[in-house]
Amino acid sequence: MSGAHLTNVDQPRFVAHYRTMCRIRAFEQSAIQASADGLVKGAIHPSIGQEAIASGVCGNLEVSDILLSTHRGHGHTLAKGAAPEAMMCELFGRAGGNCGGKGGSMHIADFNVGMLGANGVVGANILIAAGAAHGIKLKREMRAVVCIFGDGAVNRGPFLEGLNWAGTYELPVLFVCEDNGFASTTRTSAHTAGPGPKARAEALGLTAAEIDGNDIVAVDALIREWLPAVRQCEPRFLLAKTYRLAGHTSADPATYRTNEEVEARWADDPIARCRSLLIEAGVAQSTLDDIAAEAHHEIEEVTTHAREAPWPDVAEAFRDVQDIGAVSA
Amino acid sequence: MSIKTYAQAAREAIEEEMRRDPMVWALGEDLGRGGVFGQYAGLSECFGPERICDTPISEASIMGAAVGAAMMGTRPIVEMRFSDFALCAVDELVNQAAKARYMFGGQTRVPMVIREPMGMWRSSAAQHSQSLEAWYTHIPGLVVAVPSTPADNKGLLKSAIRADDPVVYMEHKGLWTLQGEVPDEETLLPFGKARIAREGSDVTLVSWSATVAVCEEAAAELEAKGISAEVIDLRTLWPWDTEAVCASVEKTGRLIIAHEAVTVGGFGAEVAATIGSACFSSLKHPVVRLGSPRVPISYAPPLEDAIRVTSGAIALAAEAATS
Repeated sequence: MSGAHLTNVDQPRFVAHYRTMCRIRAFEQSAIQASADGLVKGAIHPSIGQEAIASGVCGNLEVSDILLSTHRGHGHTLAKGAAPEAMMCELFGRAGGNCGGKGGSMHIADFNVGMLGANGVVGANILIAAGAAHGIKLKREMRAVVCIFGDGAVNRGPFLEGLNWAGTYELPVLFVCEDNGFASTTRTSAHTAGPGPKARAEALGLTAAEIDGNDIVAVDALIREWLPAVRQCEPRFLLAKTYRLAGHTSADPATYRTNEEVEARWADDPIARCRSLLIEAGVAQSTLDDIAAEAHHEIEEVTTHAREAPWPDVAEAFRDVQDIGAVSA
Repeated sequence: MSIKTYAQAAREAIEEEMRRDPMVWALGEDLGRGGVFGQYAGLSECFGPERICDTPISEASIMGAAVGAAMMGTRPIVEMRFSDFALCAVDELVNQAAKARYMFGGQTRVPMVIREPMGMWRSSAAQHSQSLEAWYTHIPGLVVAVPSTPADNKGLLKSAIRADDPVVYMEHKGLWTLQGEVPDEETLLPFGKARIAREGSDVTLVSWSATVAVCEEAAAELEAKGISAEVIDLRTLWPWDTEAVCASVEKTGRLIIAHEAVTVGGFGAEVAATIGSACFSSLKHPVVRLGSPRVPISYAPPLEDAIRVTSGAIALAAEAATS
């Protein structure tokens, strides 16, 4: 537990973080239920227990900043400002989804809010993020690119290649490794040699830090401190330690770990921690209860809407492939 | 018209397009020194190291970074040096560049040109000689160009740079020094429009890239034997000009497809199947495919030559088809 306390000045910001985290939790719980009910057809990868990183990182970005996420990206996307209604429609594969139902959970994107896509390939977003930052620098724009990936990505080549690229060309990109302890269904520690991802980033010359990713105060403070430097073309690396309270997918019973382990980690739930801090800082419990209830209600409506939304027009299967050499139905 | 080499023509295309559009830039290994084949000679001096970007030997990064930079509104030209090396960047090309527009529901475009010098080049052996063009035609989202002349290399490359789709642009290493007439005025060649390299009436020879010249040699040999061969250069493999090939086969009734790539699963199979079906009633002889046997490419010249499609083999096949 962090010994952080909130000042009066900070309070509204952390109430906002609390709201964002509650919305993410409600969204994913609803998506998990919809998946169990057979309404969400493809795999979904919940980030339950990791919401403080999503809110602390993405909640501090400007709309003009760019975000690239992973297959476990609902929280990041919501916190970047995407509308939950379009996101839920996308998970349901319905018209009105961010990608018109053509991407699903793993390819969710909202370019209107600078969210350039989740990615179905672990680590692939690292190189695209480096390139987006390269493009920003070429265009002499003042924007940050944030690339969030899991600990499973640090043993893939793009981790080395992308961080080297960002350092070589001094690009405005922040890499965030959301270390939830598991690469798919295997503990990452079993497959990671040496002192770990922070040391790897430092070896490539990037300023790097490791924080408790379940501590919203720590995440928020570090991101607010770092973003101006990142926008000034100082690439950085953040290792945010967390724990994946759900399985790899919503269908994964996660039998590779004990119930005791998971229960113990629930005590570190970032939403509960944020709530305690806010109460300690004098925010009324009823205010926080209302926020959680509003989030739940909002997502309930969103899910109802998604369930009733039409399927995409079949002609969509043939749209947006390419301009040159496009085929028709 | 001016006489230029295949490499010079491409270099000119890039210079002209970079002058025209400040969002065009190139990235790849050794570009600052003109590129490994000199195909970027002098461009760093013209445009500076930001727009002629020298990169680490890091193909996945080169390709992946181009995808991100393209999404941000720039128009990268990716240099893969050898098409064989592009295999280090297949995820970035196939899963990312080719899919982004579609899977994000049309929210983005990925305008990039991926230059992949291909083909046999004396004693370059198994990892610097391959012709893998057919792979890319299989991937929805990609455009595939395979120019055979200096003029086409300029006109197609300019069109590729202006395209909003990712274009896999495969230049043949054996053609860099080939000279030919290149129009002085601006010429943008369309994709999917074949070139009739030689007109004929007895047999249609379809090819692309360096094998077009081999077919032209074969046609000259056949002419001496009284056989009139039409040579079609497809120029681009996706899209490809089925109409031009159909029209020719309806005239000649015989089709031979020749390419440097391995015959099995080569693009000749696609041409053969398409024409065999579309022009079945016009065919007087089964469609013939000539390519490399399914073996890697050797280092020793006699072994390398043993798998090369020759003009003699093409002429022989044409004779058999017309006899």
